[in-house]
Amino acid sequence: MWDSLQILAAAPIFNVQLWLNGLSVGAVFALVAYGLALVWGVTGVKNLAQGDLVMLGGYLGLEAARHGVHPIVAIVPVAALMFLLGWALYVLMIRRVIQLDLFTSLLATFGLAITLQQALNLAFGPDVRTLKSGFGRLELFDGTIDITWIRVIAFGLCIVVAGAMVLFLRKSRLGQAIRATAQDPRAARVLGVDTDLVYALTFAINAAVCGAAGVIVGMIWVLQPFYGIAYSVRAFVIVTAAGLGNLPAVILAALGLGVAEQYSGFVLGAQFQQATVVGLLLVILVWRQALLRRQRLALQ
Amino acid sequence: MRPAHFRMAALAAALSLAAPAASLAAENTIVLGSAISITGKYSQEGKNARDGYDFAVKKINDMGGVKVGGKSYKLEIKYYDDESTPARTAQLLERLINQDGVKFVLGPYGSGPTKAAAPVTEKYKIPMVEAEGASRSLFTQGYRYLFAALSTSEQYLAPVVDLAAELAKKDGKKPGSLKIGMAFENDPFSLDVRDGVVAAAKKYGMKIAVDDKMPRDLSDISATLTKIKALKPDVILFSGHTKGATTAARQMKEMGVSAPIVALTHCESAKLTEQFGAEAEGILCPTQWAETLKYQDRLFGTAMDYNKAMQAAHPEYKQVPYQVAQASAAIEIWADAFTRAKKLDPQVLRDVLAKTDLDTFYGHIKFDKSGKNIGKPMVLRQIQNAKYVVVAPTKYAAEPVVYPRKPPQD
Repeated sequence: MWDSLQILAAAPIFNVQLWLNGLSVGAVFALVAYGLALVWGVTGVKNLAQGDLVMLGGYLGLEAARHGVHPIVAIVPVAALMFLLGWALYVLMIRRVIQLDLFTSLLATFGLAITLQQALNLAFGPDVRTLKSGFGRLELFDGTIDITWIRVIAFGLCIVVAGAMVLFLRKSRLGQAIRATAQDPRAARVLGVDTDLVYALTFAINAAVCGAAGVIVGMIWVLQPFYGIAYSVRAFVIVTAAGLGNLPAVILAALGLGVAEQYSGFVLGAQFQQATVVGLLLVILVWRQALLRRQRLALQ
Repeated sequence: MRPAHFRMAALAAALSLAAPAASLAAENTIVLGSAISITGKYSQEGKNARDGYDFAVKKINDMGGVKVGGKSYKLEIKYYDDESTPARTAQLLERLINQDGVKFVLGPYGSGPTKAAAPVTEKYKIPMVEAEGASRSLFTQGYRYLFAALSTSEQYLAPVVDLAAELAKKDGKKPGSLKIGMAFENDPFSLDVRDGVVAAAKKYGMKIAVDDKMPRDLSDISATLTKIKALKPDVILFSGHTKGATTAARQMKEMGVSAPIVALTHCESAKLTEQFGAEAEGILCPTQWAETLKYQDRLFGTAMDYNKAMQAAHPEYKQVPYQVAQASAAIEIWADAFTRAKKLDPQVLRDVLAKTDLDTFYGHIKFDKSGKNIGKPMVLRQIQNAKYVVVAPTKYAAEPVVYPRKPPQD
């Protein structure tokens, strides 16, 4: 541990590398967490199959690549397809559990996760696969620091998608309907909002965002039918830490988490990377609890 | 009646009829027993092992069988299907030993079933030669009746350290001046592999500069690689099954991380040459056996002869898996022991097996006290022009090692 800290002290340039990698990792987490927060906030369903939707998107990207479509281009049709799939999933399944208690929807989405994993395993086999972007890397500071172009592009894409989402929710009629439903579904219904449509739309948008994230994951990391869980876990950590209904906070939390993981991996070793994620969540929850307590006391 | 029941019933009937004949046949037949995966998740691997066993038995019988104390015996194997579940392996071994009177046992497929089998053979003091269980934990229990033809997991990457030392000396550098950067998955197999590396590094006084353990569901090792990049080690080692190999190969290329020596386990199953092409060039990968090795024996000839004969008998093997070869070697070990024992007594055979010192097409066989084979090294293959070429240990090399590894270009 001290050795690693000494490296950072002696060659501060490596901090830049950690930040660059961390931000690009965090950007992908942000997309996945963003979708989760949306669905969670609007429908109240905590989607345990989030990471598996990501993997599904990645595999659709692989299929597109097999037909000669560049993965970056494939993001658009994959997202469109995932949108339809998300809609279908809503109609077939989510709609039926939305009004039920927490455990029913948790069990249902857990079942969906298992089904997706096994379906991918049957369709594509258990091999670890990768998508090729074919882009090189960007060298900075005489090659001491570098980052692949695909990570830069991924970062940009995540920001664009997130920005588009924020604009859509703030400015468009449908976005307003979504926000209204999130605030109070009954009131929204009374005022003429088709909440069923809003729910379907939310879940479909989430699936599309996950699909896009999946293609990016395939280009940066690896795809395997059972590797979705890592993304589910991080999305939950991020959303829990950032709180619902605060999308900019979700993005910040995701980026922060990415950087924190890089630092803990560098300083403490890869074995502590995930422990850091969960440890951070714990600290944030305790801290929040303390804040709430103080507020309560002040009110009393 | 369901087919399975029917088969069982038919089997029972056949056994009761065959019983007198079997005891007659026992006059000049040695029966080896094995509970091995015919169905279940290891069915493919179990078939590999059985193909290896049967191939060697046929070859030995065709050449007149084994001579024990001046008398010739044919070999025969009695199989039961353990359905790839360790509990079943143990049950069926009890049956083989108690009901079928088997005195000599061949191992099942996989470390799990082998772990379940060993206590049974130990209990009845029946020697077992196994060829398909590599976990080191098999050999730390003090078993006296367990013998393994293959190299155990701690030997997977240790030869890389030896190779690095050898190459450093050639360059006029001290092996002790070398630095190692490595990361291993946090699971029993990879940690076994790590133990072997740590011991080897200690032997040469090498410094382990980066020593990370990767959680199973970690798909990003860029933090570890940044450390490696900062410390510029001479040797980079990764072991994390297929995912670890894929992630390491991809991210090393992306981050421009390389070293004069880079080695990974599971290159073949990660399909590195197919997925990464030029980016995988120069990576070293350990294997138990390769057909290009210069091992040989009287029964099969050279490793290449074995490979050809096996492919002629089983055209489905485009590349003969090492699991097949080591199963054949297990039969050779038994045959050699029978010949030297001069008596078909399990206790005598245990002691004779323990003294095995045998050259085979699969490599040299010599057991240490715990029963694992220390006679053959793991060999290293290097990816050269998208092919796996044996490069170390030097005396087995088909081609010289490409050293230092040229980092892949964009």
